[in-house]
Amino acid sequence: MAAEVVAGLAVGILVVAPPFLPPYFLEILISVMLFGYLGAAWNILGGYAGQFSFGHAAYFGIGAYTSTLLFLTLGLTPWLGMLAGGVLAAVFGLFAGYLSFRYGLRGPYFSLVTLAFAEMLRVVAVNTKAVGSSLGLVIPNRESAPLNFVFAGKLPYYYVILAMALAAVWITRRLERSKLGYSLLAIRENENAAEAAGVDSLGMKLRAMALSSFLTALGGTFYAQYFAYIDPTITFGPSVSIQGLLQAIVGGAGTVLGPVIGAFVLTPMSELSRAAFRGRAGVDVMLYGLVLILVISFLPNGLMGWVRRRRRA
Amino acid sequence: MTADLLLQAVVSGLLLGGVYGLVASGLSLIFGVLRIINFAHGAVMMLAMYTTYWLFTLLKVDPYLSILVTGPSFFVLGMVIQRLVIEPNRFAAEHNQLMLTLGLALVLENLALVLWQGDFRTVRPPYASASFMLGEALVEVPRLVACGGAVVMALALFAFLRLTDVGKAIRALAEEPEGAMLMGIDVGRIRAVAFGIGSGCVAVAGALVTPFFYVAPDVGESFNIMAFVVVVLGGMGNFVGALLSGFIVGLAESLGATLMPGSLKQLVVFALFVLVLLFRPAGLVGGGRGR
Repeated sequence: MAAEVVAGLAVGILVVAPPFLPPYFLEILISVMLFGYLGAAWNILGGYAGQFSFGHAAYFGIGAYTSTLLFLTLGLTPWLGMLAGGVLAAVFGLFAGYLSFRYGLRGPYFSLVTLAFAEMLRVVAVNTKAVGSSLGLVIPNRESAPLNFVFAGKLPYYYVILAMALAAVWITRRLERSKLGYSLLAIRENENAAEAAGVDSLGMKLRAMALSSFLTALGGTFYAQYFAYIDPTITFGPSVSIQGLLQAIVGGAGTVLGPVIGAFVLTPMSELSRAAFRGRAGVDVMLYGLVLILVISFLPNGLMGWVRRRRRA
Repeated sequence: MTADLLLQAVVSGLLLGGVYGLVASGLSLIFGVLRIINFAHGAVMMLAMYTTYWLFTLLKVDPYLSILVTGPSFFVLGMVIQRLVIEPNRFAAEHNQLMLTLGLALVLENLALVLWQGDFRTVRPPYASASFMLGEALVEVPRLVACGGAVVMALALFAFLRLTDVGKAIRALAEEPEGAMLMGIDVGRIRAVAFGIGSGCVAVAGALVTPFFYVAPDVGESFNIMAFVVVVLGGMGNFVGALLSGFIVGLAESLGATLMPGSLKQLVVFALFVLVLLFRPAGLVGGGRGR
């Protein structure tokens, strides 16, 4: 019960407080929510199914490019473009997943093949004039148009990404108690044993893949609308893939709240270090790497794993 | 498309392929013994390239001569990294060990960015632009030296693994960890030595390419990804395979660059990578441990 009260209180604060925050803090909070959301999306495949994707940038980029291109060429509202991007990313995820799982790629081999798929998309985007090649795409006309996913000021964007993050957490919680969730855990712990017990591991992993890539793509559309600019490196580059998995692993892969907790720790840390070492690019990412090493060395199940162990003790 | 251009592509591809082979041999050795795909391999190469750069810029040390410094010092650095970061986590889950080397790569790359900023630096000794014609193809001397040096180094590594006691212990550990332990091999030490040798190899490769490449914090990334491709193609943990498939990948990349516009050449390499991962995860040459 206590946990639910705390969670309710936290959500209440996240809903009520932001209008009173100075713009700088609001921006940080938007980043926290976006990264928490991406972490939660990655977590479904990486944390629960145990398939460590190094290429979620592929889905992020597909989401960002699909909604933006549909808007720029057909004038389709990004709200619908977002869904189109999600579906397209899920289809691509199923394709990549089917190939990898069908041919039995596990562990690091799966990580490598996902990295290769994302890099291939990046190279294609860089070399395709129709999608702006390396210059990327700009969403012009930034006058407020909520129907076209364009808002005046940052606050509405915050509520959009907050809703998305809460939805992702809710989906994860539902997943955890579903047949799919249990099957994924079984696959993660011992795939051969799970199969022997009758779990359709290919089907289950593909479902996790579809869900994870669909959600990641929605994050890509949000990014495109919020920053009004995308290019191949920003959207398809390895750093997007790393961002997602970083939040989940630091917070606790395979836990409902882990990715969000991770984002609440990592994002402010990166902002603080950037403010403290002005003009020295790289300090923030270096800290990410350091935290990753420390977490794996001392808290192998992330912050949530540590909290759980303390509670049991 | 003229035959000259193709010939040129073949020559350039093979020359760079030798370097890929050496980078991949180090990666393959580390994988063979530690069962870790080292994401920090390229970052170590980058650090060695900076070391070469600073030795050349500040002390006027010839890049090739500097191998005498970078090789041994990166061997030690590799051992230290292995002892401090990797060894304490040797029982961690496989994916967590992968994350560990990813974290290491982030730290090293961004440390370089913090210390030396992102600008491209170059090392240009007097012979940097020396070249000669081989038939209709231009051969740049530094590239030829890099390829030759890499092949010699890889062969030396191969001989070391075959002929010395430490080398045999390394191979034993790669083949059968428990058996090796039972035979009284100091597993912890051999793991550190293997990581050290792998790092030393990639450092030598770094020094060899600096006379015709640029130096920047993210320069190792492309070599790292190439090395993944090469190692998988050659069969994980297979050194001869790594050297051979280094040439194949160099060739594929170079022909891709000649036949396809823009940076689409990378697509050829990645496509090759995915195909090999899917259909021949034990490597083209075989003998590797797939999946």
